[in-house]
Amino acid sequence: MSANLINLLIEATLQTLYMVAISGALGTLFGLPIGVYLAVSQRGELLSSPWVNKVLGLIVNAARSVPFIILVVAIIPFTRMIAGTSIGTTAAIVPLTIAAVPFIARLVENAIREVDSGLIEAARAMGATPFQIIRKVLVPEALPGITLGLTLAVVSLIGYSAMVGAVGGEGLGDLGIRYGYQRFMPEVMLAVVVILIVLVQLVQSLGEGLARLVDKRAPRNRGR
Amino acid sequence: MADVQTSGAAITFDKLGKSFDKKGSGKVMALEDISLDVAPGTITGIIGRSGAGKSTLLRMVNGLEQPTAGTVTVAGHDVGRAGAAELRRIRRDVGMIFQHFNLLSSRTVYGNVALPLEIAGVPGAEIKRRVDDLIGRVGLEQFSNRYPAELSGGQKQRVGIARALATQPKVLLSDEATSALDPETTQTVLKLLADINRDLGLTILLITHEMAVVRDIASHVAVIDGGRIVEAGQTYDVFAAPQHPTTRSFLAGITGITLPSFIAGKLQAERPQGESQEVIRITFAGTHATDPMLAKLTSELGIPVNILAGAIEEIGPHPFGNLLVSVDATRGAEARAYLQRHELLTEVLGYVG
Ligand SMILES: Nc1ncnc2c1ncn2[C@@H]1O[C@H](COP(=O)(O)OP(=O)(O)OP(=O)(O)O)[C@@H](O)[C@H]1O
Ligand SMILES: [Mg+2]
Repeated sequence: MSANLINLLIEATLQTLYMVAISGALGTLFGLPIGVYLAVSQRGELLSSPWVNKVLGLIVNAARSVPFIILVVAIIPFTRMIAGTSIGTTAAIVPLTIAAVPFIARLVENAIREVDSGLIEAARAMGATPFQIIRKVLVPEALPGITLGLTLAVVSLIGYSAMVGAVGGEGLGDLGIRYGYQRFMPEVMLAVVVILIVLVQLVQSLGEGLARLVDKRAPRNRGR
Repeated sequence: MADVQTSGAAITFDKLGKSFDKKGSGKVMALEDISLDVAPGTITGIIGRSGAGKSTLLRMVNGLEQPTAGTVTVAGHDVGRAGAAELRRIRRDVGMIFQHFNLLSSRTVYGNVALPLEIAGVPGAEIKRRVDDLIGRVGLEQFSNRYPAELSGGQKQRVGIARALATQPKVLLSDEATSALDPETTQTVLKLLADINRDLGLTILLITHEMAVVRDIASHVAVIDGGRIVEAGQTYDVFAAPQHPTTRSFLAGITGITLPSFIAGKLQAERPQGESQEVIRITFAGTHATDPMLAKLTSELGIPVNILAGAIEEIGPHPFGNLLVSVDATRGAEARAYLQRHELLTEVLGYVG
């Protein structure tokens, strides 16, 4: 493989990492509070408001049912408005983020709902406000679950990021299609697939390691 | 403000009622017409069968449940009518401990005890001082940096107790706090609660389904059945002269009060024809508990007495004895009259042929 191709691969890897990192971070920024709200606004919960919950749930479901490639094309005007252009790697972050937000919201919601209701009761009995309960009880207690959820989301984003070539987003997926498929260079395709596999493995191991680190539920042998 | 003047009681239940909407239609009456004064500094046991309404009653004291009738007043505050902010203030004066401890798995012992103080907005240095002090009080100095998953059940409940005391409450609510613990650990936790009650003058309201727990630490007891208080009073009096069948069935679990099965099986309510024995429960109270009354019965009246079961225990500072005996049925009335003259309580349980 020529030095030129290796440079292309490195560049594409960095572009993928850039898109995934930014859209993952933005997706968490918006998805986390939405997910928390989805969990606590259910009937009988901390901030019970079943109607808002239902509407928000519908929007989240709708966003999640649009196939990603259609989402990318459908929101081109919105992308242009936000990113100033609808073409390129930075522009691709917009649809990636929009796909990540509802996904992360649902994962966070599930993690929060796993928290033992006895803990909420204990915090209420201490005189905690709903916001204090969220900040000091629900989120810290759900952190192992949230960490695993975010790992899953980042892995999915790596997959999605391969499709943004359609709007001129670059990265590994785009490189694989342009060189590996259109110019018929199977070694590029193979290299791209190997890098993606390694990336996903790294993210998965890192996420699981982090989740274990923040999970204090199981007693562990601390080197004793 | 929803302030009400009360008769100096720490907690007052006044015709309190609670109904829940049933799924589908209709209502479940969980509690009805509950009236009870809990004096400051006492330990009151609330005992009843599963579903009797004990937890619901306790949860209304700190507003986790809203009454649907009547009022509950804590230190002059009408809890049911308190607004959100006032309710949070009341809750800082009312600590609570739970059957399953409800500790945060993500926080260490220290962090768990600090939580109510963080919530109350106590400054950091003050939190450290108070938490260290509390952890010492419950004897967990070496465990300060451990996570709950690394503790035994008894240690977890100690953390729960330290946490409940963090905001220096006047009232402590305990919902089956020892039900998940083995008998030995139960004793140490009950002892801790009794010490706290004595040292801090805390009023404790304690739910249990075991009379032994009531006997060991409660000065007062209320028996709940089907959502109503069927019997209430000083533990000693209730033990000495239980009035309601539910109370009696709870007391039957305590040593010396159950009939041996070979007699229980033959027991009949009516006195049979011919020769028979009358089975009598004698309750020894106060100083008489140590008097040799049965010996006197035999020597003074010439009535032989068979002892079937019995035990002498202590309720608070008082000795308390319970004996099951049988005497010749023809002389039963005479024997009971004699015992009653000497201030012993008697009760005919039945006859055996
Ligand atoms: N949130 C609720 N919704 C509907 N019914 C309820 C609710 N909470 C309690 N109940 C009902 O109220 C009654 C009393 O329940 P409660 O939990 O107070 O009983 P308990 O005496 O504490 O029982 P246990 O010893 O099993 O804990 C029960 O019939 C129960 O089904
Ligand atoms: Mg209960």
